[in-house]
Amino acid sequence: MAESSASTAHGGSHGHPADGTKRDTLELIAGAGAAMLAGGIGWALIGSMNPSKDVLAVSSVEIDLAPIPTGQGITVMWQGKPIFVRHRTDKEIAEARDVKLSELPDPQTDKSRVKAGHDQWIVLIGICTHLGCIPLGNKPTDMRGEWGGWFCPCHGSQYDTSGRIRKGPAPLDLAVPPYAFESDTRIKIG
Amino acid sequence: MAGLHKSDIPNPVLNWIDSRLPIITMMQKEYGVFPTPRNFNYFWNFGALAMVTLVVMILTGIFLAMHYQPNTTLAFDSVQHIMRDVNYGWLIRYVHQNGASMFFIVTYIHIFRGIYYGSYKAPRELLWILGVVILLLMMATAFMGYVLPWGQMSYWGATVITNLFSAFPGVGKYIVTLLWGGFSVDQPTLNRFFSLHYLLPFVLVGVVFLHVAALHIVGSNNPLGIEPRGPQDTLPFHPYYTAKDSVGVCVFLIVWGAFVFFAPNFLGDPNNFIEANPLQTPADIVPEWYFLPYYAILRSVPNKLLGVCMMFASLLVLLILPWLDTSRVRSARFRPTYKWFIFLWVVSFIVLGVCGAHKPEGVWVILSRVATLYYFAHFLVITPILGKLERPLPLPESITQSVTGRPLESH
Repeated sequence: MAESSASTAHGGSHGHPADGTKRDTLELIAGAGAAMLAGGIGWALIGSMNPSKDVLAVSSVEIDLAPIPTGQGITVMWQGKPIFVRHRTDKEIAEARDVKLSELPDPQTDKSRVKAGHDQWIVLIGICTHLGCIPLGNKPTDMRGEWGGWFCPCHGSQYDTSGRIRKGPAPLDLAVPPYAFESDTRIKIG
Repeated sequence: MAGLHKSDIPNPVLNWIDSRLPIITMMQKEYGVFPTPRNFNYFWNFGALAMVTLVVMILTGIFLAMHYQPNTTLAFDSVQHIMRDVNYGWLIRYVHQNGASMFFIVTYIHIFRGIYYGSYKAPRELLWILGVVILLLMMATAFMGYVLPWGQMSYWGATVITNLFSAFPGVGKYIVTLLWGGFSVDQPTLNRFFSLHYLLPFVLVGVVFLHVAALHIVGSNNPLGIEPRGPQDTLPFHPYYTAKDSVGVCVFLIVWGAFVFFAPNFLGDPNNFIEANPLQTPADIVPEWYFLPYYAILRSVPNKLLGVCMMFASLLVLLILPWLDTSRVRSARFRPTYKWFIFLWVVSFIVLGVCGAHKPEGVWVILSRVATLYYFAHFLVITPILGKLERPLPLPESITQSVTGRPLESH
């Protein structure tokens, strides 16, 4: 009732017969404005939960390879994740290359997992692709599994010297992070 | 309509307040004379017990937060500081830590009560749904609270649970990064979990208020599952049920106290005495006991995405239970067949809990699959079909007739 009398009054004084439409337009504009405001606030608040600039800033690390003797590996942190860097022996490289791709659950060649000319260096994200545990095998005293690579103590996944899954519940090979050689003894990850 | 409320409180000061804000009248109506079925058994204590637990958790939590540091380098030590240096810190923390387990025990029994006596059926569907929302909020709160001490199991539990969201195709990776605020569980994760762990209990208080408000519209169910037919079937809430609830609260506090003083770490995991180490995974990652059944459902499915979906579905199926149950009889006391299926469902839930505590190998895989299958079949197949097939026992004429054995007096 209040609405009809208001619209009559407006219609009468301003001479707009389609005054209802004007009110609808105002309501739509107000509604759309409020929705955009809420969306903008939500965007900022949720955006604040994504990685901040300082976290993104440390998203690359440089590693000096010179001190790593043949047959051993080191673990470094990159983006909060362990990175395995291993200096492979000639025998380990040969073993990694001497396998039929059809025997692998997640077929990848060893060549595609290392940088050309730096075949002795394998760089991997050290997180088991099963449920996120950290596999053993960087130290020569660690258990390395049947294929001499890495062995996950949680559920028994075994990786070869190229970090490829050979046996156990893990579905995928250990991931290779983005990295590049800055010199023969220096790499930059990220 | 506007104007002072006509209060009949004799005390002039209270009357002055009550005329302007009738909270005393409201409390009397809702907790004093509130008509409550006269035949409650002790299963009807558990709502009050959950309420008591929530209050104790918020109280102890506020005082713990005065000493705790949500920082990856300080969190573990600050918890040790609470345990060793803060006056009564050990007491406050053990009450809070064991309180989480107590909260889940009473809530699970409260839910069983609702399922057994059909408390979810019309007109109490929304009351039930609000209860499921409370359960979900409780679980989120408990999970984030468990991360705060920053022990090994805190850290790796957080890693595994947040990684569940990575199972969703396409967006999963971005959701996980958003949850973490980085590329692994780290400082931003701990800090936001602390913030949310402080916030959610107050959200819980709000939803509990709605839960109770809805309860006071439709009234309580009772062990017979029939509606009260008049004043002879009900008692005023006070003093009858305030007294009965107090008995339960005393027993409950004895149990809680027994854990706090005699076995404070019985329900905990030894790995959480080791500070979080992102470079070393514990040999076995297991959640706290109250999450084990869901963890078992997750692992019983060989496909990661399907497992995650089944785990969430095992909780969400409760939301539609009021419409899955086709029987018009509420209380399982009068459902001779369905009663046994409910017990079987409880067994499947417990079996899942046991399976969740074991490595998924050999017989545990088979057991958890069978139990998962029954868990879902119970709700999705047996409950809808049995409601139509089963012949229920005759319902009593009224609550009074049932509890006194006498037929209704004519009135």
